[in-house]
Parts: sequence; C-alpha cells; structure tokens
Amino acid sequence: MQQRWRQLSLVASALVLGLPLMVIVFALLQLLFGGDFTTLQHLWQTVIPEYIQHSLILMVGVAVGVIILGVSTAWLTTSCRFPGQKLLSWALLLPLAMPAYITAYTYTGMLDYSGPVQTLLRDTFGWSYGDYWFPQIRSIGGAIAVLSLVLFPYVYLITRATFLQQSATTLEAGRSLGLSPWQCFLRIALPLARPAIVTGTTLALMETLADYGTVQYFGVTTFTTGIFRTWYGLGDLTGALQLAGLLLAAVITLILLERWSRKQARYDQRNPRPAAPFELQGGKAWLASLVCWLPLVFGFLLPALQLAAWSVERWQVWTDSDFWQLTWNSFALALVAALLVVTLAVWLAYGRRQLPTKLVRTSVAFAGLGYAIPGLVIAVGLLVLLTSIDNVIIQITTEWFDYNPGLLLSGTLFALLFAYAVRFLSVAIQTVQAGLAEIRPSMDEAARIHGYRPLQVLRLIHLPLLRPSVLTAVILVGVDVLKELPATLVLRPFDFNTLAVRAYEMAGDERLADAGPPALMMVMVGLIPVILLSRAMLKSQQNALKEQDFVPVTA
Amino acid sequence: MRLPKVKKLLSLSAVAFALSASIAHAATVNVYSARKEALIKPVLEQFTEKTGIEVRLLTGNGDALLARLRNEGANSPADLFLTVDAGNLHRAAEAGIFQPLTSDKVLQSVPAHLHGADNLWIGLSLRARPIFYAKERVDPSQLSGYQDLADPKWDNDVCIRSSDNIYNQSLTAALLEHWGEEKTEAWAEGLVSNLAKPPVGGDRDQIKAVAAGVCDLAVANTYYLGLMEASSDPAEREAASKVGIFWPNQDSFGTHVNVSGIGLTKYAKNTDEAQQLIAYLLSDEAQKWYAATNNEYPAVSDVEWSERLQAWGDFKMDDIEMRYLGENNAAAVKLMNRAGWR
Repeated sequence: MQQRWRQLSLVASALVLGLPLMVIVFALLQLLFGGDFTTLQHLWQTVIPEYIQHSLILMVGVAVGVIILGVSTAWLTTSCRFPGQKLLSWALLLPLAMPAYITAYTYTGMLDYSGPVQTLLRDTFGWSYGDYWFPQIRSIGGAIAVLSLVLFPYVYLITRATFLQQSATTLEAGRSLGLSPWQCFLRIALPLARPAIVTGTTLALMETLADYGTVQYFGVTTFTTGIFRTWYGLGDLTGALQLAGLLLAAVITLILLERWSRKQARYDQRNPRPAAPFELQGGKAWLASLVCWLPLVFGFLLPALQLAAWSVERWQVWTDSDFWQLTWNSFALALVAALLVVTLAVWLAYGRRQLPTKLVRTSVAFAGLGYAIPGLVIAVGLLVLLTSIDNVIIQITTEWFDYNPGLLLSGTLFALLFAYAVRFLSVAIQTVQAGLAEIRPSMDEAARIHGYRPLQVLRLIHLPLLRPSVLTAVILVGVDVLKELPATLVLRPFDFNTLAVRAYEMAGDERLADAGPPALMMVMVGLIPVILLSRAMLKSQQNALKEQDFVPVTA
Repeated sequence: MRLPKVKKLLSLSAVAFALSASIAHAATVNVYSARKEALIKPVLEQFTEKTGIEVRLLTGNGDALLARLRNEGANSPADLFLTVDAGNLHRAAEAGIFQPLTSDKVLQSVPAHLHGADNLWIGLSLRARPIFYAKERVDPSQLSGYQDLADPKWDNDVCIRSSDNIYNQSLTAALLEHWGEEKTEAWAEGLVSNLAKPPVGGDRDQIKAVAAGVCDLAVANTYYLGLMEASSDPAEREAASKVGIFWPNQDSFGTHVNVSGIGLTKYAKNTDEAQQLIAYLLSDEAQKWYAATNNEYPAVSDVEWSERLQAWGDFKMDDIEMRYLGENNAAAVKLMNRAGWR
C-alpha cells in the first residue's frame, strides 16, 4: 500500500515536470488525428530536408569534436604526468562557464572579414577581399568548432571520473604484458570508459540540438532555427510546436540509443589503489601539454580576453549600480534554481532507485527530456499551462472572496524556476544517478537489517556518500541557469533583468562591445562555481580512495 | 555547504526577488516592449520625471511577448504593447489584444498610413531600408531600385542578411504588394543568385562587408550606419565612410520604410496613464530623442530631423499602408523559402 503511494507520488511529480512537454506531444497528436498539415507540408517541400541535413552534420561534427577533445584531455590529465598537468586538470572545466553564443560573438568579432585578423592580413600584404583564402567563421564548420569547444568539458568531466576509478590492476596487467601508454589507452582504458563517454556526448548533443543562439548567429539553418522561423515568420505557433514534436521524437531516439549502448556494457570494477601514472618526458611531455592547452586557449582564454578587451572600452558600466543589480539577479536566480532542481533530481533519482518499476523509470525519463528542447519552446508550453491555471485561480478568488491576486504563477519567478526545472532536470538527474550507482545495494541491505528506516538510510548513508555528486549537480545546473537565455527572456517578471538578457539585447542589436561587460560578468560569476566544482572533484577523488579501504570487496 | 547557510541565502534571495517584483505603486503604467531596454528606458524615465507616473517595463522578443499577452488574457498586467516592425504590430492587432485609440490629438499627429487598421496601434518612429553601395567601386547613377539586386549585372556582388529577419520579410511583403507574387518571387531568386556570401550576420555586418570589399551592394537599415558613424572604434568609422546610401525606387513607390509602434491593450487597467504615455512618446521631445539616439525617422511629420538624418538626405518614403506588410508576411516567408533565401 505504502509502496503504491510512493510510486504514485513519484510518477505524479515527474509528470508535472513533463507538463510543458505534454503541450508539444499534444500538438503532434492533434496532427495525427486529422490536424492541419498545410504548414508542415510546405516546410517539408522547401526547408525541412535542409534542416535535417544540417542538424545531422552538426551533431556528428560536435560528437566527434567533444569526444576527441574531452577524452584525450581526460586521459592525459589522469594517467600521465607532464608540466602543467595539475593546473590543467581543473582549468579544462573553464569553458563550461562560457555560454556558446557568447563564444560565437567573440570569434565572429575576431575572425570575420571586418575583424582585426583579416584586416591585419589585408593591410600587411596589400590584399583585398577574395585574394586570399580564409575560413568563414559563420558557417556550419564554425558552429561545430564553437559548440565542441564549449561542450567538451561534459565529456571531460564524466570520462575523467571513470578513468580515475579504473582499477590499477587492469592497467598494470596491460603494462606488464608490454603495452605502451598509448596502447593501454586504446585497448584497455578507452573500451572500459565507453559508457561514460557516451553519457557525456549525449549531454553535449542534447545541448547542441537545443541550441538556438549560436546557429542562428552563424546563419546555419537547423531544426531549432526552423521552429522559430515557423513561429515568428509564418506566425504559426501550432506548426512550430509540430516541428518541436518531431525534434522531441529525435531526442527520444537518441536517448534510447544511449540506454541501449549502456546496457551492452556494464563494468563494475573497483580497486582501492589508483594506477601509477605514466611520467612523460621531453617531447612527449610537451606534446601532451600542448594537446591540453589548445582546447583551454580556444574554448576559454581567447574568448575571455576578447570580452575583457570590449569591457575595457566600456569601463563606465562597471560603476553603474544597475549593472550590479543584474549581477545579483543572475547569481541569486542561479543559486535558488540549482538548489531546487537538484532537490527534485535527488527525489526522483532516489525514488527510481528504490522503486525501479517500469512506470517510474519511464516517467522519470520523460521528465528529463526537457534538456534537448529549446528553452523557448518549453517557455511557451509553460506559459500556456500556467496562465490558464492563473486565470482559473483569479476567477475563483474574485468570485468567492472578491479579491484579485494577479498572475501568481506566470507573472512571477515561479514560472522561471519551473522552466529551469524542466530544462535542466536531466543534467541533475544524470549526475545524481551516477553517484547513486556507486552506492552498492548491499549497503542498503546491511543498514535495513540493522533496523534503519528508509529515510534514515538516506540521511546517514546515502547523503554523505552522494555529497560530491549532489554538489556537482548543483554547480552544473547553476552554471546552466546563469547562461540560460530564451526561457528567461519570455518568462521573467516586470523590471527583472539578468546578465544573459542584457548581453543578448546588446549583441542582438549588433552592439558587441556593449555586450562585453555583462558577458564577462556572466563568465566571472560562472567561474566561481566551476572552480568550486574542480576543487570538489579533486577532493572527492581523495575521499573515494580513502573510503574504498573500508568497503568490503564483494564477489 | 551546511543547511542553515543555504536557508539563509534562500530567504535572503526570496526577499530580494519579492522586492524587485513588488506590486503596484501609486500611479503606474505597465509596458511590454519588444524594443530593447537601452533604446526605450531613457525616454520612459523622462516621462516619469515629467508626470510622476511610474513605468514598469518588460522587454523581450515581440512574438514571445505577444504569446504571453494572449495567454494572460483579461488578467494581463500589460497596459501597452510596444513593438518594432509592422508585421509584428499587425499580428498583435489580429490576435485581438488591442483596443482602438481614440484621442484625436494622438491620431492626427501621425499620418494615416502609419495607423493600424481601426486605429488599433500607432507608429512611433520610422526606419528606412535602402541600398548601400561601395563608394570606390559603384557609380550610384547605375542604380535605380530594389530590382537592381536581382539584375545579373550584379552577380556575386550583393550582400543581405537571412530571410529569418523580419526586416527582410517586411521588405519582401511590401514588394509583393507593389509587384505581385510572380515578379517578387523571380526577384528573390535573382537576388539569391547574386549573393556574394551566404546571408549571414546582421545588418551592420552587411554594411561592413561592402566596406571590406566582399560585395558592392548591401541592404540594411540606416540606423546601423548611424551607429557605425558614431562608433568609438576608428575601424568602424572608417568602414562607414566607405559606403554610400542609395535611396531606391524614387521614381516609383519610394524607399521601403518600416515602423515601430504602440497599442493600448484591450484589458488595460491604467488606461489614463497609458494614453498619457502614448501622447508623450509622440511629443516633439521624445520624437527628437529617437532620431538623435537611434537615427530613426520621426513618425510625426513636422518634427525636425537630426543632423545625421539631414546629412543622409531627403528621400521619398514608400507610403504603403503598414497593415499590408503584416498581411503579406506569411506569404513573403513562404516565397523566400521557395526561392532558397536562407
């Protein structure tokens, strides 16, 4: 009986979080049952093939990019020792603080035909445009490069954790059989890390699918830009939602693929002893150092320098109290949202672990789909939902109490927090689940045998063990909220602005230099949690190694 | 992080939010604006200073704000909806969120073609979208109008931004009205085949592309040139000096202009204050501010142009009824889809 209630409450909360997605599903169903096909038909004949083609190229490109950047850096910083390795192992997370569209602005500012690089080339060699070849930054290639540089830390973060846990004995067996470091990596570490790589890449790809700012700025037409074009240009919100439905279907396929690939391989290997690192010397050490510095320079340092240059030009802003208000808004909103989202994620992930019925698993998975849906689409779904609830509330209170409370849900920060929960729940759930997976069922059983109740098990055993992954989740979601733009733009209340909104308004008006200070501030605020995250990572590794001594080895 | 700390932070930020979103002062007017904060707030602050009426502002994308207004229905806090582009104004009017404006003084100060159907909205400022040419390479006497952009003579010489952009959608919608569907579609195809580069970047990028020699002709709104001329970056000022403005179709319908406008919402609660604000936005002072700050043309015809606008020269504006731009918008987008204008 109690179990049934638990299951019901889990499913219900997952479904509430999935409600904005339901609006999309509803639009698709409407279409299937005698809906209006005309918009979709026109789009199918003219632009959809191109959208699909571009989205696919973008995804394949970004997947290759983040895997190469993320896995190589993760392997080098965990299993090798070379100059700068300590610094790099946390600094490689810094690109996470960069919103992709901001990176896109900075590179366009630098590399476009009117930017300093090409102007310098022309002035130095007396060329004019067309005399020389230069890669067009505003292209699908440019979008792949920018998204890969910004998103690879997801792969880095998750893969690195796996490499750190890989048992010394496995790797040492390889080494004693005469494998070189390179062969150890290719033949042992890489295959063992596959599930982690796939998870990281899936996160990056979901972000890619939902990205609007970067591709739109680069003039690359994708599914997501198509959704907006249909809404804004054709004034057809239903058609836009139908396209969003197709996108949702694609995402579900992607997730099923990921699940399937994970099911194929389940590796449980733990060892109290970390593998001894390879000491790299001479040329090899320099090469390793270079490989790790490149993504850091291009993914963080260069864009940040460009922002700093713009900000110096607009130094007056820094003394503006309005500007500090924006900073506070962004920071407080990110913090509150992160705590809320992670609480929800712990509740759902934990429930899913205790009660892994099919119903619970499916509904939790559904609630996590929001990560791949463009923020604006979620915002619209939520708007429809919350305003209709608001209108009912107002009707009731005015009729019964003659009191109009105003738009309680849709006109306040509640709407924003709800949107963030829908959008970023997946990040939090994945992180928390990864942490939960580390806690062996035998530990629960032992505790229960000793007479602990489930809540006590959670408080005394799970939460302390989960702390690192919960902290990671809070930080990841916080940074994501800080960078989030479209939903914030649509759902925020009166006179409430954030750094992301200000940066966007300036850049959207082609005033890149004015976008500099808010963008730089956003990156700086984002840096604090990212640095916290890297410190937490280091600490949790040490703790994990310590704790493992006390874990009885099970067969 | 220990729990009490978290709680403290939580309640602190809750208070901060409550303050920043606090409700109803004495006399207020609530504005949803698709015009960016930086381009509207100063003039709203002047209004508050003058009248003591507090203005609460929510900026955002025009379509998103409209979706919000529609869903909020009778309970919407918005008294005024300010948006740029006739296409967006038309869509708002069609959605039934406006009530007709009745003040004669307001209506008479702006020419009739800049009113929405049934006076549901009124224009506040005008933005011209002419052709820009490279002074070094193009003799403007070779040009006549928008039709040149599709002329094979200019193969690989034309720059324009994506058709995602509402400025291009409205331009095409206006041409649809003047030329009809067949001619306009042929024009769009010709334009696409004349492009010197993919239609990426904003208006300012197209002007810079002309200056950098990527193309000879570009289409853009004039206020971007104004921003470049007034830029603190010498490279931008130099680029601006290399391009000239050609006012197209002076012998026929005139140069395409678009409008930014405002309407009173159907369920406005502060009608009186809202109407005062509209009247203020059409006052000489506010109209001059637009022209001086954002290089837009005043909607009130007898307001003097700023120095920069005068320097760009007088020209014949297309006085097409703005509602056509809205009505033709969807047809224009479909036409551009077919022509392969990305």
